[in-house]
Parts: sequence; C-alpha cells; structure tokens
Amino acid sequence: MQPADGKKEDAAPEVTTGFRGWLNRRTGLDSVLRSALDEPIPGGARLAYIFGSGLLFIFLSQIITGVFLALYYVPSADHAHTTVAYITKSVTAGSFLRGLHSYGASAMIVVLLLHLSQTYLYGAYKGRRELLWFSGCVLFALVLGMAFTGYLLPWDQKAYFATAVGTNAASEIPLIGESVRSMMRGGTDMGTLTISRFFVAHVFLIPACIFALVASHLFLFRSVGAAGPVTEDPFHPTQKAELFYPRQILMDLSLTALLIIGLGCLAFFVPVQLGPPANPADAQFIPRPEWYYLPIFQWLKYWHGAASVIGVLVIPTILALGVIALPFLDRSVERRPWKRPIATGAYAFVMLALVGLGLRSKYLDNHDPEVAQQLAKQNAEEADYMAKPFEPELSAASLAAANVALADPLAAKGKAIFESHYCTACHGDGGVGTAAGPALIGVGAKFSTDQITELLRHPTAKMKAGGMPTPELSPDEMKALVAYVASLK
Amino acid sequence: MKIGADDAGNTPRWKFSTAQPFDEQRRSFLGALLALGSLCVSALLAVPLIRFALFPLLRLTTELKASPVGSLSEFSSLNEPVERTIQIEQVDGWRKAVSEKAVYITKNGQGQLRVLSSICPHLGCTVPWVSAKQEFICPCHGAVYAPDGSRISGPCLRGMDTLETVEQNGQLLVRFQYFRQLVANKEVIG
Repeated sequence: MQPADGKKEDAAPEVTTGFRGWLNRRTGLDSVLRSALDEPIPGGARLAYIFGSGLLFIFLSQIITGVFLALYYVPSADHAHTTVAYITKSVTAGSFLRGLHSYGASAMIVVLLLHLSQTYLYGAYKGRRELLWFSGCVLFALVLGMAFTGYLLPWDQKAYFATAVGTNAASEIPLIGESVRSMMRGGTDMGTLTISRFFVAHVFLIPACIFALVASHLFLFRSVGAAGPVTEDPFHPTQKAELFYPRQILMDLSLTALLIIGLGCLAFFVPVQLGPPANPADAQFIPRPEWYYLPIFQWLKYWHGAASVIGVLVIPTILALGVIALPFLDRSVERRPWKRPIATGAYAFVMLALVGLGLRSKYLDNHDPEVAQQLAKQNAEEADYMAKPFEPELSAASLAAANVALADPLAAKGKAIFESHYCTACHGDGGVGTAAGPALIGVGAKFSTDQITELLRHPTAKMKAGGMPTPELSPDEMKALVAYVASLK
Repeated sequence: MKIGADDAGNTPRWKFSTAQPFDEQRRSFLGALLALGSLCVSALLAVPLIRFALFPLLRLTTELKASPVGSLSEFSSLNEPVERTIQIEQVDGWRKAVSEKAVYITKNGQGQLRVLSSICPHLGCTVPWVSAKQEFICPCHGAVYAPDGSRISGPCLRGMDTLETVEQNGQLLVRFQYFRQLVANKEVIG
C-alpha cells in the first residue's frame, strides 16, 4: 500500500536485495510495516491517544497468561479449586502468572474506561467514526463478560457466591429471566455444569468474538482514520498530520512499559489470593464482587419486587442504547467538551454515580458491624487457606477404597478377609483383577448377595477351571466377605 | 516531522508527503533500537512462562516417598517372614493416589533385614507365606521361594523382589516399587 500519488521517491527505497529483499518480494512485508507505521495522526502525536494500544497489549498478555494457566487448570467443580491451588501454591511462577492474569483483568477495565473517556470527551465518536464507536461498545460489553466469566473459574468461596448473585440478577428480567439464569448455570443451581459453561464462554466464545471485533475495530480505525484533537473537524480532517511512527509509538510503548512494570510488581509483591473451596452449604458467606462490579451490585440493591424490572432491565437498556446510538443522537460537529455541556455533564453524572455507588457499597459494608465482622472473617479464612501448603487431591480410586473401610464395618471386615485369604493374589488389590483372575469390581451390580454367597460356596465349573478355591469361612465371615465384594465399585 | 495533508476533506488518506531521507535514517535506527528493546523485554517476560510450563519436568515428582513399615525392634527377633501392609502415596500432578500394598519383612543369610514385595515376579499374583512348609508358594502357577525370597522352583525367572529400605529414628521405611515380570533381572517400572 504505497501512497498512490507518485510521491514514492520521498520514502526510503524498498530493500530489494539479500534476505530482506527476498522476504519482501514474497510477503510485501515492507509495505505492510510501512502502512502500519505510517498512519497519519491529524494534529500530531499525543499522550491522550495511548490507551487503545495499551488495551491491545493487556489483551495479548491475558491471552498468553491464560493459555499457560490452562496447562494446569481443570474446569470441573471437583478439580477447579485444587488445580488453581496447585498453580498458586506449587507450580513455579504460578502465583505470578495467575497474578498477572487476575490483575490484568482489572487493568483492562481501568484502561478501557480511560480509552472510552478519552473517545467520549474528545468527541471522537462523531462524524465519520460511528461504526468505530459501535464496535468499541460491543468490545466493552465483551470485556465485562470476560471479567464475569473468569471470576468464577477458581471456584473458591467468593467466586462461587459472587457468581450465584450475578446469575441471580439475570432472573429479574421479566418472562425470560429464569430461563436466562438456567441457561447460564446449566441448571437451576450452580454446579459443575456452570463451570463448564463459564469456561467455554471465557476461553472460546468471548475471546473469539473479541478477536473478530478487535480486528474490525482496527480495520475501521484505519479506514476512517484517527480523530485528532478536539479542534479537528469530525468529517474532514484538515490539521497537519504526523505519522504514527515514531513519536506516537514511543508514547504508546511508554504506557506498555508502565503496564508491564505495574502488573509485574503487583503480581510479585501482592500475590493474588485464593480462598477456601466453594461450599454451597455455607449460609453465612457474604458475597462481594470485584471492585469494577461494585457499582452495579450496589445499584441492584435499590430495586425490589415489581420495580426491579426498571432497575435491572429498563434503565440499563436505555443507558446502553443511548451510549450505542450516541453518534446518531449527537449530530453536531462540535468536539470541544466545554462546548458540549450536555454530553460532558452526562459523562460526569454517570461517572460520579458509578463512583458514588461503589463508595456507598464500601461504606455500608464498613458501617454494618455484622457485615464488617463477617467480611473480616472471610478475609481471615482466605489468608488461612493461603498459608497452608498445597494438599493434593485424593484420586477417585483411593477415595472409594477409603470410603468402603469407613462406611460399612461389615465390608471393612470383609476387606480384611479378602486380603488374609489371598483373594488379592488373583483378583488384585481392591478386586481390580490381575493376569491370573478376573476383576470383581461391579459384581455387586450383576449379582445379589445371595448369588455371590452361592458362587463362593459352590464355584461354577468355569471358576474351578480358572483355579478358584472354595474359601473355608464361618457364615459370619462369609457375610462380611460378600458385603465387601458386593461393595467393590 | 509534521506533515501537511494535501487538502481538507475526502481526498484519499494516503495523500501526504513522507519523511525526509535524513529522517528516514534516524527512523530506521530508532526502529532497530525499539525492536531490540522489545525483544529483550519479551525474552525477560518469557522466563516465568517457561519456568511455569517446565515445572513438572524440573521437579522430581516421580520420586517415591518412603512408607513406614514398623519399628526396627519389632523385627529384631524374626524367625520367619512377617507380612505388613504399607500405604504408598503416588503424587500425580495435583492429585495423589493412596494404595495399600503387602510386603514381607524377612532376613537374609547374614541376618540383615530385607523387605520383599509380595508381587510374584512371574505374573504378578500376591505370594502368600506358607508357614507349614517354611516357603513362599504362589497360588497361581506354583512358584516357590525360600524365606529370604530367593527362587527355589517354578515358572518364575528370578527370586522375589527386594525393596529399598531406610532406617530412620528406629523405624524401618521402605520405598515401594513395581518391577517387570517374566524377566530374569530386576527392572523397575513406573
């Protein structure tokens, strides 16, 4: 994509020899690089424009850390918490990577708000940039979706209960609310299917949408061009342009460097926590969402009963539609915020309301002694859990063996007989079977205890041919042995 | 380096004059510097990622913990092999399997304690100690072993397998391992 007007001679000559020349002829790399770097910015480079590429960087970091975390994570109610504990407590650099991912989510929201604020206050949605604004709005919703679905995945107490509240909010929607909630949860209650759904949304669906929308966002940005300063015309840019490279890129990279240092220090010096595993039976637990959801959380508290439709559905929908339709509602070409009192006032109102709601939520928590005490207790439990070393999960087979011994004293006695009479010699430990004898696991489902007793007293011809002896046991011992054999699963 | 747009409005966006040749050199130098810097930062950031991914390979997870068998004094006056059930714990990433295994504590010719696996080196049946005959006799295919575990007769190709032991604070500990069956020499598996 060379400038089409014959001013090519001013540009650096394209390399045509050697390795780079060959690569260039095959890929057109130089012109790709050139068109990427030579984006003209009307009015010149500014620090105000750095947030978009900051978001791209965080997104990239989230993908990389996310993929690595998936090396150990298992999305199931049985294992999710254990595997996250393993990552956090055992795996080298696991706490650090999980910290980068977790703090990265918060950083994403912060930088996204800055990007949105800059675009809004600079009136950069105006004129030729409507579609750019649309795709940005969808991306905003998708990022919030990533934060919501990712929060559940560690399956600790706060993740479980925060998501229970979050999915409950959906049920306030009239008519379809219950169905929406069941759809999200994979049933009426939260469980292992909820993790699967949230995992698929967090790892496949939403990232795929984000990829597509980031691509279209960038494409649209390059198609209609940078907005420039607030004094620039939103339809026909007139101000002197400066190329993206080098000054704007240096400014963008300085934000990236700041993010790397900031997130790195946070992840290293303030290790991300993991609470005790989710216990749905805990009626005391007070769920609190992550800071960026606190305003919404507080907002929902004000709406009860029949009026809740207004708070949960009507007002947010109007707000969202208003934001999306902004380029069409606000048709003036004026971009200076001080000349747009309604737009600027609305922004200030919404932002102050969000901050106010968040602070109100914190204030209420701190000033209700019962709540404050319970929250402090929850934090203490989290710290306790973090202080304990990692405890591997007992595999299903070990648990079954242990359970038999614990649950039924008769079967436990039978197990001792099974071992002392060398049944294990051919049938293996726990009746798993060996080369010399068949497995006994599941015989309880096939035969009644009477049938098993009969087979032990009078083995069939086939059993005898396989070397099965007739055990000499008292009726009580036989009863215990049969109870044990029947319990093998 | 400010560049003027040719005219206002809907003219193609590519219509602008590019940097001067002199600037071009500085641009390239800066580009090389940035590329090098980014490469260094990326390499630095890759370190925790690589360490994270290689964790299972760099840590000795396969090393078996020694399981307690009993106190040494218990076995000091041993006349014939005794059976003990030990608990072995195998850690597999974030999970562990606990299983029980029968072992025999016996003495070799020099009177030293030996711990034998009860798994027959022929085909893996559990070998019982037959006190009446003072021999280990496998019920599956009739392999016969002496009280110290050495092979006497039968289809097996070697004697019963000796397990590695550790004596610690008057306790006898054993590292349980599995060995390949149907071969003359002891070969550790798993």
